[in-house]
Amino acid sequence: MSLRSRRNSAALLSVLLLAGCHREERHNEPKPFNASIKAGESPPTIIPGGGSPSPLDPRAADYDNNAPALAEGQFLYTRMNCVGCHAHGGGGMGPALMDDKWRYGGRIDQIAATIAEGRPNGMPAWRGKLTEDQIWKLAAYVRSLSGQPSKDAVSSRADEMSSTEPQTLTRREPVKNADTAGR
Amino acid sequence: MASCNRNPSDSSNPAAEQPDAPHAIAPADASPPDDGNWVMPGKDYASTRFSGLTDLTPGNVRGLGVAFTFSTATTHGYEAPPLVVDGTMYLITPYPNNLYALDLTKPGAPQKWVFKPEPAAASQGVACCGTVNRGAVYSNGRIIFNTLDGQTIAVDAKSGSQIWRTQLADIQKGETITMAPLVADGKVLVGDSGGEMGVRGWLTALDEATGKIAWKAFHSGPDKDALIGSRFKPFYPMDRGQDLGVKTWPNGMWKLGGGPMWGWISYEPSTRTIFYGTGNPGPWNADQRPGDNKWTTGVFARDVSNGDALWFYQTTPHDIYDHDDINESILADIPWGSGRRPVLLRPARNGFFYVIDRRTGQVLSATPYGYMNGYKGVDLKTGRIAINPEKEPKSGRVARNICPAAPGMKDWNPSAFSPVTGLVYIPHHNLCMDESVSQANYIAGTPFVGADVKMYGGPGGYRGVVTAWDPIARRAVWEVHEDLPLWSPALATAGGLVFYGTLDGWFKALDARTGKLLWQFKTGSGIIGQPISYRGPDGRQYVAVVAGVGGWAGGIVDGELDPRDPTAALGFANAVKDLPGKTTPGGMLYVFALPQK
Repeated sequence: MSLRSRRNSAALLSVLLLAGCHREERHNEPKPFNASIKAGESPPTIIPGGGSPSPLDPRAADYDNNAPALAEGQFLYTRMNCVGCHAHGGGGMGPALMDDKWRYGGRIDQIAATIAEGRPNGMPAWRGKLTEDQIWKLAAYVRSLSGQPSKDAVSSRADEMSSTEPQTLTRREPVKNADTAGR
Repeated sequence: MASCNRNPSDSSNPAAEQPDAPHAIAPADASPPDDGNWVMPGKDYASTRFSGLTDLTPGNVRGLGVAFTFSTATTHGYEAPPLVVDGTMYLITPYPNNLYALDLTKPGAPQKWVFKPEPAAASQGVACCGTVNRGAVYSNGRIIFNTLDGQTIAVDAKSGSQIWRTQLADIQKGETITMAPLVADGKVLVGDSGGEMGVRGWLTALDEATGKIAWKAFHSGPDKDALIGSRFKPFYPMDRGQDLGVKTWPNGMWKLGGGPMWGWISYEPSTRTIFYGTGNPGPWNADQRPGDNKWTTGVFARDVSNGDALWFYQTTPHDIYDHDDINESILADIPWGSGRRPVLLRPARNGFFYVIDRRTGQVLSATPYGYMNGYKGVDLKTGRIAINPEKEPKSGRVARNICPAAPGMKDWNPSAFSPVTGLVYIPHHNLCMDESVSQANYIAGTPFVGADVKMYGGPGGYRGVVTAWDPIARRAVWEVHEDLPLWSPALATAGGLVFYGTLDGWFKALDARTGKLLWQFKTGSGIIGQPISYRGPDGRQYVAVVAGVGGWAGGIVDGELDPRDPTAALGFANAVKDLPGKTTPGGMLYVFALPQK
């Protein structure tokens, strides 16, 4: 490969990076606060005295729509036995995660809080067992089970051999309240 | 003492009156004459689920109507039977395991009291297959029952006040308790659930008076832990040897090996022997546990007084399909030569109907009672089941169209045995599955499975069957096909009827001799509860059942699971995708009687 073509490749790469190829970003250092992130979708919550919901945790930017984070989250989902309760999104011992219902909020920071702190009807508390980074990767993957991230960030292959569909075909669900009468 | 009153409307056990019957009968010591009560889920120690009442017959059952109802205030799977003791009915609900007493002597059966044990809510997260409870038991003026978070509690049957409570299971290790205790010889027998959570299974006996642990037998590990000693005489060489509960596992895996006991125990008073089966080994991925995995998936006979193991027969060594062997063991005496032979009748989850000598553990016959391709047969010389290697799930390949599926030919829901007809009425499935396995990772308090399963209906276009099985001729006398899988137990009556419920809420009465549908009633929710029959304070025969869909089969409804993932509910959701469109959750007692004359 000539020096010139290498330069050309480098130029092409920088163009791609400028185009914002966030799906391939790997984060080894903390990032500054990014105030431009949207609040993220969650079922309506009562804000005492009125006002808007608390802003999305800025760490969301590092995990949402990020392919390496989603891939590692997918790996952890199996290895930490999430799959044993929630199956591949359809649920079992635990609720379904691929539908449009969220008991404790569907924002990535809310899901991360659920994983970290547990919930009273049997969701285990993983704080201290997993790192915060791992918990956020899991949260990103959990959101992907209902098709929230963009399709170029999720894996087109399932880790398991069953006939579940690849995530690139997962329908994106709206984010609603759970019917708590059911479970 | 057997009643000498031959009045057909009187409560008496016809079995005791026909010792010469050419078919199976129940032993008199384990199946006394019917007194009109229903004090334990199996009806009697022989686990017949047979009512000796004869007021209801094929001729008049068409007139059956609702006498009263009661809401259980629950929306989860209701598997327990009502109990009836001298004019009071007792209901034990799924989590939160509330115990209700209803006064049958008053119109509408008003509530007398409710006892709320308040089990830990977190226990719901480690219950594999619904937050179910399979029943309470009455003994010596007390109601005794288990809670999902692993306690056994004795309550005064008159006042509803607590007498003792003992914590037995640890939800931090994935242990729950869903089974109904059995009280025999002053002992309360209790086992754990958690075969999908890497528990080490056990059966324990509590002193009935105090709730203190009398003995505890583990279903894996060294012989001393399994209460295996000099009295242990298994019939087959494959079940003999020292510390097989250690040696038949890879290094140390017996500590996580499952073999819980969440099903049914029978008792023979004359020999003071209990009979029960053990649950599946863990994890489901059998590649991780080469060996026979004793003492999982087999049948134990034990001395009730100290737990000593007398014999064991492993129906499914190295179980590869989650074929727990916790199903009911019906005590029966069958014609044999010029006399009778004492046996267990066991419609097993693996699909074989076993007739086992209950003194020795010898298998007299093992016959498939539905469509099967996962096994090739049982060798009666060695006792060993033959697996069809084509259907064995192995790392790196998906095994397809395995029949029966993981819930087996029949799951926990017990059959009923009529000593009048000599037939066993088996409510069961016709389900097959695809299964792939992967490395399971043990983390205490989380599932330990390592398998993806997808179930669907078996050949023939129906998913449920009621089979009337002749254990002597080893064949079905009749079959009734049901569209949906059957998760409801059966009840047989001396009047010649068989009752059961469907997942979409039909409560049905069949003619015990022909299987003809004689009566049906649509309840408010799918039925997985155990039907019973009793004589009310007014002298009339009643039939009772609690509707309330859920459990493993109905989890798609009460757990709002999403069947777009075929592996939801460990693969069961795929087989009942249509169920959410056919029923809704909600526990409700229904009591039926003929119109008052």
